[in-house]
Amino acid sequence: MKLSATTLTASLLVSVIGILLVIPMMLQWERPPMESAQWGFRGTGMEHTVNPRLAAKVKAANPLPTPDDPVPNDGVLVKDDKENYKNVQVLGDLDTAQFNRLMGAITLWVAPQEGDNAGCAYCHNVENMASDEVYTKVVARRMLQMTRTINSTYKTHVAGTGVTCYTCHRGQPVPANIWYTNPGPRQAGGMAASRDGQNLAGQPVPAFASLPYDPFTPLISKPGEAIRVQATTALPGNTGSDFKKTETTYALMMHMSTALGVNCTFCHNSRAFSNWEQSRPQRVTAWHGIQMVRDINANYISSLSGVFPANRKGPMGDVYKTNCATCHNGVNKPLYGFSMAKSYPELSVPNP
Amino acid sequence: MMIEYQNIFTRVQVHGPDDLGVPLKPGSWPREKGITTNWLLGVIGDAQLGPIYLGGLGIMSLLCGFIAIEIIGLNMLASVNWNPIQFVRQLFWLGLEPPPAKYGLGLAPLREGGWWQMAGFFLTASILLWWLRTYRRARALGMGTHIAWAFAAAIWLYLVLGFIRPLLMGNFSEAVPFGIFPHLDWTAAFSIRYGNLFYNPFHMLSIAFLYGSALLFAMHGATILSVSRLGGEREIEQIIDRGTASERAALFWRWTMGFNATMESIHRWAWWFAVLCPLVGGIGILLTGTVVDNWYLWAVKHHVAPMYPFDLTAPIADPAAAQ
Repeated sequence: MKLSATTLTASLLVSVIGILLVIPMMLQWERPPMESAQWGFRGTGMEHTVNPRLAAKVKAANPLPTPDDPVPNDGVLVKDDKENYKNVQVLGDLDTAQFNRLMGAITLWVAPQEGDNAGCAYCHNVENMASDEVYTKVVARRMLQMTRTINSTYKTHVAGTGVTCYTCHRGQPVPANIWYTNPGPRQAGGMAASRDGQNLAGQPVPAFASLPYDPFTPLISKPGEAIRVQATTALPGNTGSDFKKTETTYALMMHMSTALGVNCTFCHNSRAFSNWEQSRPQRVTAWHGIQMVRDINANYISSLSGVFPANRKGPMGDVYKTNCATCHNGVNKPLYGFSMAKSYPELSVPNP
Repeated sequence: MMIEYQNIFTRVQVHGPDDLGVPLKPGSWPREKGITTNWLLGVIGDAQLGPIYLGGLGIMSLLCGFIAIEIIGLNMLASVNWNPIQFVRQLFWLGLEPPPAKYGLGLAPLREGGWWQMAGFFLTASILLWWLRTYRRARALGMGTHIAWAFAAAIWLYLVLGFIRPLLMGNFSEAVPFGIFPHLDWTAAFSIRYGNLFYNPFHMLSIAFLYGSALLFAMHGATILSVSRLGGEREIEQIIDRGTASERAALFWRWTMGFNATMESIHRWAWWFAVLCPLVGGIGILLTGTVVDNWYLWAVKHHVAPMYPFDLTAPIADPAAAQ
């Protein structure tokens, strides 16, 4: 049988459409070579794979800050200079020189922009620095307490490195990576099936899978139950979780992986995710991180619900909260382990 | 000459009068009359399209299948607020979820899994009717029912995943959602929840039969193509009347591995490998959660999972236990 013009055109058309579909897909791929490191016994898949070209981009997006030079003490504590310093509720025990150095640093860390409502004025009424009328000052006070809590009681997570305002804020009044309860785009009501908080495209939280797109609200908004899902006995004994919770935990793990720029085996031995003895020590650090984030979201951030205006809240009316990406920003140690907090020891003392 | 047989496409298409097939038994529905030929189809198979036999079971099956696809598709469309562009863009991510755990095995409200139950019912009806059709059509042609039973093996796995296992677990929330990525994510989550399916021996068997099927298919396909210039494609005739193609193919395998299947037995090998893949896979799924809750721990208990020397400076312990 002869090849007809119609058939030839049809085959060509199919080929062209095929190629056009494949090219955009290929553009998503990462080209070799990758760098791979072995982190466990051979053959167990305990490996870490890094794309050096992407790692360079992440590095560029995480510039290291320069701490201000130390200044000598004035010899006067803030709380003793009642004439110049009023309504200082958290930092009263600081020397006035250190207090002013810190205030300058916070300005650069949080609101360095030029303009009427930036710099000192982002939090203060510059006519009356003591006034609490600008809501951000009330927030900043609570954030200072939060920073001290993190640095003094969560050494299990932040170790000696600690955090400063810069760890999250990076020169922005609102940190780049925050979360709020995400109802997702509108879906049809009535009898139509609920998508149950999952099955949407383009969701970065579960790493673009169809997993639940808001694992944060159930799992890290407040101190609560464990996120564990696997049964702890070989035979059934009601120790495992139900299926929806498994998918929610899975989504949270995808977020952690993305937020830290690592894969599952950075913490887990993937042959037995729940097994601690075969996990890497980083998993313990991460476990404390989950407890820390729950604590600060509930007790330091959500407690400011009445203070934040509507434009600092999500569509469900809850305030912007923290997750792993807020500090980590794609790096397993925020700012590659650079300790800004060491230059500001006043941020690491326990709250009274 | 040789190149004709080594191409994956058919190079020579021979056309004769339309083949209407064997006469039907009295009382059968008539076959559809429409027969056409298509060159592109001829490249990969037989150029003749039709006659298709629809029949009562076929119509019922298509109808049930249509209803199931409609329920799934319209609910997916509703999940993006009836936006057709988003429906197309997000199609692979969209899904229809089974009822949440609180409804157990009861009928769930439409909004919370009721549609899933209904879609599952119609899809199952459609598949079972189609199975009956493959059985009845094979009988009508005086064939054996091997195809129907092979199909039944796949239906077994489908029923275990969506119905039998949830029934034993007492909960439809354990079932698979409809949707491309939703069901894949379910699969990954299923393995994680039940302690790593790779330690499930029936999963191991299923993988062995899956890969084994691919290997057998490659060996058999290659063997027949390689002797087709000697008449090897008439393999069924050669079961009873062995020719030079058959003898050379058999000798090739005896030379290379000492043993050969026969023209007939190779098809039994293929059939059993293919059928056992979903059959043992279904057993593995059925045991998961019902009889074994954590396959890794089960494998440790029965000395299946080896322990490796973990190169950790200080072994860690569960921090929750320390509190």
